[in-house]
Amino acid sequence: MALETFYEVMRRQGITRRSFLKYCSLTAAALGLGPEFAPQIAQAMETKPRTPVLWLHGLECTCCSESFIRSAHPLVKDVVLSMISLDYDDTLMASAGHQAEAILDEVMTKYKGNYILAVEGNPPLNEDGMYCIIGGKPFVDQLKKVAKDAKAIISWGSCASYGCVQAARPNPTRATPVHEVIFDKPIIKVPGCPPIAEVMTGVITYMLTFDQLPALDRQGRPLMFYSQRIHDKCYRRPHFDAGQYVESFDDEGARKGYCLYKVGCKGPTTYNACSTVRWNDGVSFPIQAGHGCIGCSEDGFWDKGSWYARLADLKNSGFGIEANADQVGLVAAGAVGAGVAVHAAVSALKRAQHKNTDGATKTEGGEK
Amino acid sequence: MTDTSLSGAAPPAAPTTPVAQAIAGGKKLTTVYVYEAPVRLWHWVNALSILVLCVTGYLIGSPFPTLSGEPSSHYLMGTIRFVHFSAGYILAVGFLGRIIWAFFGNKYSRELFTFPFWRKSFWKGFFTEVQWYAFLKPRPLKFVGHNPLAQVFLFFVMVLGLAFMILTGFALYSEGTGLGSWQANLFGWVIPLLGGSMQVHTLHHLGMWVIIVFIIIHVYSVIREDIMSRQSMVSAITNGHRTFRDDDPD
Repeated sequence: MALETFYEVMRRQGITRRSFLKYCSLTAAALGLGPEFAPQIAQAMETKPRTPVLWLHGLECTCCSESFIRSAHPLVKDVVLSMISLDYDDTLMASAGHQAEAILDEVMTKYKGNYILAVEGNPPLNEDGMYCIIGGKPFVDQLKKVAKDAKAIISWGSCASYGCVQAARPNPTRATPVHEVIFDKPIIKVPGCPPIAEVMTGVITYMLTFDQLPALDRQGRPLMFYSQRIHDKCYRRPHFDAGQYVESFDDEGARKGYCLYKVGCKGPTTYNACSTVRWNDGVSFPIQAGHGCIGCSEDGFWDKGSWYARLADLKNSGFGIEANADQVGLVAAGAVGAGVAVHAAVSALKRAQHKNTDGATKTEGGEK
Repeated sequence: MTDTSLSGAAPPAAPTTPVAQAIAGGKKLTTVYVYEAPVRLWHWVNALSILVLCVTGYLIGSPFPTLSGEPSSHYLMGTIRFVHFSAGYILAVGFLGRIIWAFFGNKYSRELFTFPFWRKSFWKGFFTEVQWYAFLKPRPLKFVGHNPLAQVFLFFVMVLGLAFMILTGFALYSEGTGLGSWQANLFGWVIPLLGGSMQVHTLHHLGMWVIIVFIIIHVYSVIREDIMSRQSMVSAITNGHRTFRDDDPD
């Protein structure tokens, strides 16, 4: 039996053609494409068979899945969940045990080289991967096995992309991001803890409709969602440029919605779409709720910390000093300044001394 | 160095240093033109932009207390950042110009970028200077250009250090100009290489303190050398001529 196309699935679910076309326009807009792409999306969805997606779970908290199923626009949620042939996802699927594992093998052989592998969480490598066992085997083995014949891999969330909390120092299980385990497949990183639902569905929709990877940045993140900092599109940015900051969380500035830069907002160093797409159907995002961004979609955000201070604690940057750059710099400058003062004093003394003897040596024949 | 080549019948084993040449030629040498105009111009432009960059950079990391009123009536942080970026451009262009000048200028203009670490005499001079600073030698050596200690110090802070600040500075600037901008194309790779945007911010910030420490040592040692050494310092970087206080050959 040939796989149904997206369009057929949608029609079967009672979605009218009118709604379908609306969805195509919306998706084109969400992906940052021009209106001329809407018919292309429609065409692709009408003709292309659904692509099987295998969704594996390693060391994670399922927040990516939780975010994914809350994809804000109901149409998007319904469509994406039915349009991708989500054949294996141990959190969402009905089957369990041998039955579930059998599906994995079946899809892998039937759609060899044609399925997309979505990974949520990461494999721990210490103790031969024993810290994460799926179906009686280490997760890293399952990951390598499924990745072998995949068309592409999506690293959902910061865990799969960078390691996130379970890879934070001291990382006892040696949790390792996907790209450090799989080297021979294209990997799309969709970081965030969790990633925004619309970002997840957007990436998947793009890959399925255009049958190609979205354009990626240097770190492998889709440009359409990760090319700008939170800071650059933040609605509080005018307060930043004006010099109006929240100095502490209960002050006048906090009530007036000033910039959270001084209380450690990581918007200026974080690439994500929170300030444009926002969360929960565009209701809000952390900064709008009055709390600074913690930079959850950046590499090593747990370890680099200083969530409530603008200047990073150097301890978190691997310097082993519990102080920020200014504190270290002031001590160094102070020490050098004091050293210079002492040196100057000694120099003056020596010079006075030398001047006295200088006259004497000069008359004796001028040796230094 | 036209003034040193006046001695027509130079002795066969011609001494190499200008000072020694002059002595051999029986000429009293007191002044050498060392720092050509572009070098002097660069020095002062560089000094000024560093000063501006340190002040504005510090204020970007630790901004002034909050201003009251409507945001539309202020642009304080915006102005501070603009001044920082402008001074950064001036510093970077100056640095490039200084590198280019090293190809055209006199031999002293190249001292900043290389030091003859392979030469034993260089390290001998280096340790003599260290001893002079440690008060173990009552009299320093004479140098037409930089003394070896200063040369090493300048190379590491003003060449490698400034290059690092320019690289990280433009990489951070490119985050604002955005992907596809020439800054991002040229310098964007620095950010993932050094471990992310926050890390680059921190390293750039630490770099500022290295430069501040450099300024303290530089200004102090220049003034001290001006008073205590055997050649002029402050006037040399102002009018280009280095004046020697004695004609002793060593």
